[in-house]
Amino acid sequence: MAEQLRDSKRHARKLLEVRNLSTAFFTREGVVHAVDNVSFELDYGETLGLVGESGCGKSVTALSLTRLVADPPGRITSGEIILDGIDVLKLSHEEMRLLRGKKIGFIFQDPMTSLNPTLPIGFQIAESARAHMGLSRKAAEDRAAELLSKVGIPRSRERLGDYPHQFSGGMRQRVMIAIALACDPMLLLADEPTTALDVTIQAQILELIRSLSSEFETAVILITHDLGIAAGMCDRINVMYAGRIVETGKVDDIFEAPKMPYAWGLLDSLPRLDEVKGTRLRTIEGLPPDLIDPGAECRFSPRCKYVRDRCRVEEPELSARGEEGHLARCWGTEPGGWIQ
Amino acid sequence: MANRTAALEGGAAARRSSSLWGDAWRRLIRNRLAVLGGILVLTFLTLALIGPLIAPYYYGQQHLEALKANNYRPIPPFSPGFLLGSDDLGRDLLSRLLDGAQISMTVAFVVQAVVLLIGLPVGAAAAWYGGRVDTYLMRFTDVVYAFPDLLFIILLSVSLAATPIGEAMNGVLLVFIAIGLTSWVGMARLVRGQLLSLKEQEFVEAARAIGVSDFRIVTRHLLPNAMGPMIVAVTLGIPGAILAEATLAFIGIGAQAPRASWGKLIADGQQYVRSEPHLVVFPALAVAIALVSFTFLGDGLRDALDPKLKGKQ
Amino acid sequence: MLGYIVRRLLWIIPVLFVVSLITFGMMHAAPGGPFSKEKPLTKHAVELLNKRYHLDDPIPIQYLKWAGAMVTGDLGPSYRYPERSVNDIVGDGIGTTFHLGIMAFLLSVIVGVPLGVIAALRHNGIPDYVATFISVIGIATPSFVASILLLVFFSVGLRWLPTHGWDGWAKPTAMIMPTVALALFPIANIARFTRASMLEVTRKDYIRTAQSKGLKERTIVTVHMIRNALIPVVTILGPILAFLITGSFIIETIFSVPGIGRFYVQSIGQRDYGVIMAMTMLYAAAIAVLNLVVDVLYAYIDPRIRYS
Repeated sequence: MAEQLRDSKRHARKLLEVRNLSTAFFTREGVVHAVDNVSFELDYGETLGLVGESGCGKSVTALSLTRLVADPPGRITSGEIILDGIDVLKLSHEEMRLLRGKKIGFIFQDPMTSLNPTLPIGFQIAESARAHMGLSRKAAEDRAAELLSKVGIPRSRERLGDYPHQFSGGMRQRVMIAIALACDPMLLLADEPTTALDVTIQAQILELIRSLSSEFETAVILITHDLGIAAGMCDRINVMYAGRIVETGKVDDIFEAPKMPYAWGLLDSLPRLDEVKGTRLRTIEGLPPDLIDPGAECRFSPRCKYVRDRCRVEEPELSARGEEGHLARCWGTEPGGWIQ
Repeated sequence: MANRTAALEGGAAARRSSSLWGDAWRRLIRNRLAVLGGILVLTFLTLALIGPLIAPYYYGQQHLEALKANNYRPIPPFSPGFLLGSDDLGRDLLSRLLDGAQISMTVAFVVQAVVLLIGLPVGAAAAWYGGRVDTYLMRFTDVVYAFPDLLFIILLSVSLAATPIGEAMNGVLLVFIAIGLTSWVGMARLVRGQLLSLKEQEFVEAARAIGVSDFRIVTRHLLPNAMGPMIVAVTLGIPGAILAEATLAFIGIGAQAPRASWGKLIADGQQYVRSEPHLVVFPALAVAIALVSFTFLGDGLRDALDPKLKGKQ
Repeated sequence: MLGYIVRRLLWIIPVLFVVSLITFGMMHAAPGGPFSKEKPLTKHAVELLNKRYHLDDPIPIQYLKWAGAMVTGDLGPSYRYPERSVNDIVGDGIGTTFHLGIMAFLLSVIVGVPLGVIAALRHNGIPDYVATFISVIGIATPSFVASILLLVFFSVGLRWLPTHGWDGWAKPTAMIMPTVALALFPIANIARFTRASMLEVTRKDYIRTAQSKGLKERTIVTVHMIRNALIPVVTILGPILAFLITGSFIIETIFSVPGIGRFYVQSIGQRDYGVIMAMTMLYAAAIAVLNLVVDVLYAYIDPRIRYS
């Protein structure tokens, strides 16, 4: 029955529809177009990856979804965000506040600084439950204990009164996950949740996110620069570069046959176990462009090995490639293009 | 070996000057209050230096005829020959204010010199040698810290008033030294804190490995890195010194007649505050502007040199 | 924690000891004695007086006698006011000085902290400029200048407040100006510091986490921001208390408040050794104890600090 419900929801509408979202930062040096005309969709329960290097706009996209972009100097300059049928950008501050925590949970990157050092973690977990679900202190405490054990912290009830500094980095991130999931949100935004952690802990945290989101049927937008993580966790992937989405599709499609030179470069740059010892690491030459005045050309063209004149003049649109839902932004890989 | 060290040091210093100090300077310039403070500070310094040259009269000179002409009352401001008026002894207020400026600026720098002279070595030694040395030095600072400042200064000033030091510069020198002796603890703790965290860094280990002497490591490698907070501390410590001197002069300790510390001017002018307020207002304004300008400059320096803000606009 | 407190308290004793030594030394290093000035005493009379008060004993002996008496609570005779012992003088005044100091402290915290918080929350807005303005006035105005100005406006000019006559709560109007004059500088410093601290806290990651939970703005400010912002502010309370203690004497002098502060300068000038020693010890002890209180408070607020 739950399955059917879920399926029917899936066919009825999407959880998240983002259309032409643009977010800019108004600085002394100029306007930085951090997110430039980004559109994508997310199904209920689906896990989407936002992949790209530092500065490509993936974090700002996530912050924009929940309207947490620091204003000033940032501002969402155009676009539409429809979450569960609600037009997010048209909400008042108060209405938006009610949405946060309740429908959208956020896991931040650095667990060392993202928790309030002067409050017990039990309190911090219970806070949103009390604010949005109207639970009494006792009920919220119970829920916090329950969540804490769900995220894998032993003797959860005893540890409710402990402070963040009494936990290791990995455990603090688990607490963050508990906080994000406290009100059973429909959407979970995870901004590089494991970047600040040891490699051995990374796998545990990712597995935790995966199992919990599956259990609660939470949709996840996972932001990462690490393709390996994206491959293991996501149903679909958006590859971002210089504030635009340059390729999107199901995870298998993209990893097997990427259709955009930047995506190739990313995959290529991953060191492989079967490589000949002593081979140099492959990099993508050059640096990302200045987001203040990007110009009309393809943003990747200065670094692209397959660049032609057309690329330097006009930016390609996201257009379809072979498989369903697989789109790429590249003149060269379009049907009839010069890249095979 | 020596060349390599020199190259390391030179290279590092050059890189640093383009990033840390350059950034800091640019940030400072953008802070309007700090710039205002800086300009005022420079003005005071200039006045202090050339004061005696540009003052209309000698600050102790009594103009008895002018006073008589005014019924032996203090002459009001904007009178001919007395731009800011005079006091009840016929002494030109402007000239006396300039002398006060000289006293205040001298106090600012002499006190901070004493603070650095004592605080820096104490803090550096405590941080560098650690262990017993650190413990004893810190206990020593605890004792000095526990001593009620003003009490010590007054005690010292009054006790030694009749001695050669006490009479030097009309009693002004003694006050400066006394204030300095009670103010160095903060600097010592600051230097110690800074050096303790820097000491653990790898470049210190590297320098040691090359064979650089302890003294050189501290002076050439550690202290320059701690300079930022030290500069801020010195600048922000000046208002306290000026305030202390003025307060003491108000109750008659320190600058002796005929020298015109601003505090003394206010004390003298008290009784005329209703009839001839300029005697209190002008010196009070002078004190206020001096205090505020150093404070703004110090705030600006602190914001500009804050390492956390590096990279942010 | 208890061990820490005990250790700190014990440590105060040797510190006071050293302080007393230094003070005693400095006092006697100054030429002259309590009876060598002012009154037209014959040299013979002075000798007799010195002998009577054992002022002709070698200095170390005098010190030991004083120390011995002090430990039993006897602060010795006052040389200036022979009818009264130092215990009397100090006993009378200490309560008043303490009262003035505490009131000024409370005023500076009650006004300074909210001023700083509001200034930070309405950064660059009107409240910020008002608070900054008040702070500037506070730093720019030495307490004696503030006293004079207050007296001129409110006593002589408007005749609302009396120029002197402190009598505790029996005469509230007499308490206003001394307290305000003393508190002005601390208010300014606390406000500035609180504002800076709050501004820093607003930029912290955990505030963003709190926002992502969808909490009310007011909750975020009161529950998350203020607590963290006040932690650094507690660290400057120590120096502020020291300032209030040592600086109160000038207020007491100007407003004729009957505390022990106003005996400061007089007793040093008059070489009234007993009073000087007593006051130095009291002030030093007060500063040390208050610093301990502040440090304990600091540990209480910040759960990351635990003294072993």
